[in-house]
Amino acid sequence: MTQPHIRLTDVEMTFPRPDGVGEGIHALGPIQLDLRHGEFFAVVGPSGCGKSTLLELMIGLTSPTKGSITFEGQPINGSCPDGIGVVFQEDASFAWLTVRDNIAFGLRRMALDRREQDERVDKALAMMGLVEFADAYPSQLSGGMRQRVCIARTLVTEPRLILLDEPFGALDQQTRLLMGDEILSLWRKTGATIFLITHALDEAAMLADRIGVMSSRPGQLIDIVETHWPRDRDSRIVEQDAFGAVTARLWRSLRVESMKAIGKKEASS
Amino acid sequence: MTRAGLIRLGLIVALLVALEVLVKIGRIDALTMQAPHKMALDLFTMLKSGKLNKAIAKTMGNAGFAFVIAVSLGVLAGLVIHRLRRLRETLDPLFATYYAIPVFAFYPLLILLLGLGDAPQIFIGVMLGFVAVVVNTLNGLDRVPRVLLKTARVNGMNPLETALKITLPSAAPYILTGAKFAVAYSLIGVIGAEFIMSTGGMGYEISFAYNNFDNATMYPLIILILAVSITINMVISHWEKSLLKRRGLQ
Repeated sequence: MTQPHIRLTDVEMTFPRPDGVGEGIHALGPIQLDLRHGEFFAVVGPSGCGKSTLLELMIGLTSPTKGSITFEGQPINGSCPDGIGVVFQEDASFAWLTVRDNIAFGLRRMALDRREQDERVDKALAMMGLVEFADAYPSQLSGGMRQRVCIARTLVTEPRLILLDEPFGALDQQTRLLMGDEILSLWRKTGATIFLITHALDEAAMLADRIGVMSSRPGQLIDIVETHWPRDRDSRIVEQDAFGAVTARLWRSLRVESMKAIGKKEASS
Repeated sequence: MTRAGLIRLGLIVALLVALEVLVKIGRIDALTMQAPHKMALDLFTMLKSGKLNKAIAKTMGNAGFAFVIAVSLGVLAGLVIHRLRRLRETLDPLFATYYAIPVFAFYPLLILLLGLGDAPQIFIGVMLGFVAVVVNTLNGLDRVPRVLLKTARVNGMNPLETALKITLPSAAPYILTGAKFAVAYSLIGVIGAEFIMSTGGMGYEISFAYNNFDNATMYPLIILILAVSITINMVISHWEKSLLKRRGLQ
């Protein structure tokens, strides 16, 4: 068996209460998860289940209370390892830089000669359909395009594992489907492993090879659904019967948990 | 020019004309105030003769120095205070009441501490400008989106890099607002101090001219101070506006 790309072992997270009294708030875990090299893994879960906490643990922004996380065999300890790229839910573009300088931001910190940097930026601009906006500022772009700038900024550093935290959360449904296509094509072209956090079941069902379903707080993985999609899929997969079956399975696993999250009890089962 | 701009210009012109007329018909005594056109002519003569160049250079130099110190110390202090929550909580109420302090009351003490030279005047200019820069820098740093800080950490940036490449650029429009205040405050501080006790500078010359009924010197100097202050202010405002516009905020 080959080594997993990233491995979470007994990961748990407990936050201290704001007043510092009593036991902390058990937000997450225990979680076991192995991501395979090059797979597209999505996580769905009710709101407040600790999805974003999970992501912050995987990039070393916070350290787990219990358990360990290893990336390519190396433990993650308080800082984000090279080779992991993140796209956050919120707009993280830099308002004071042009699109081109935004995309080049992470690259400038790498030991690459300038020509190589410029080539990578040009490639990313083309890939994300931003060529004609290279010299524009983020405020001149739509929300979807700004998110593309952030994706491009992550891509140019050529990460081997890309974490996406509800990157399309703020976009309309049609744009989301098209952005999904773009992510799939990026995934094929780069060969990177992708870990996508989303609250949209159809998005997870359309994009991922495997989908982890999380319970309400403390978030645990209660189901992992395999989709068996071909690698060269696109958003038209939503027309297939199998897509409906996957979405239905996800909802079956998630329904009770989502009701818990909004404070409802199961009326009949 | 915008409609509001035209009206503003009209208002200023109307006031100048009114003043001109009031002096002309003798409602305002020429010993009290001169006609605006006379002030402009006197200013021209004064600058041409160069007899006050030394005073002007001294005041502008000191005010400029005070401004640079106030802005650089203020931004630095803002960055440090922003990182230390305890210190912030301690200082916030002090900042809020700071401008209730008549700084000039300290002038005798400052002379004892810093001597009779330019130092106490510059010090007062810095004291006045510094806190405005700190408060506005803190305000700007408070508004840096959290996700940008996360991005910095993911990129493995240390606190200094984060400040230079992320937080300060992000807070720049607010820092410029602070700098705008600092221009006026450092001028007020330096000129005010020259008024009270000094042997040179524009403040001293205004005070000297006033005591000698020398309107041909006093009014041109006042106008010169206004012109310099307003010009610098407009330059910074313009810069601030272009930053805000680039960010789609105006």
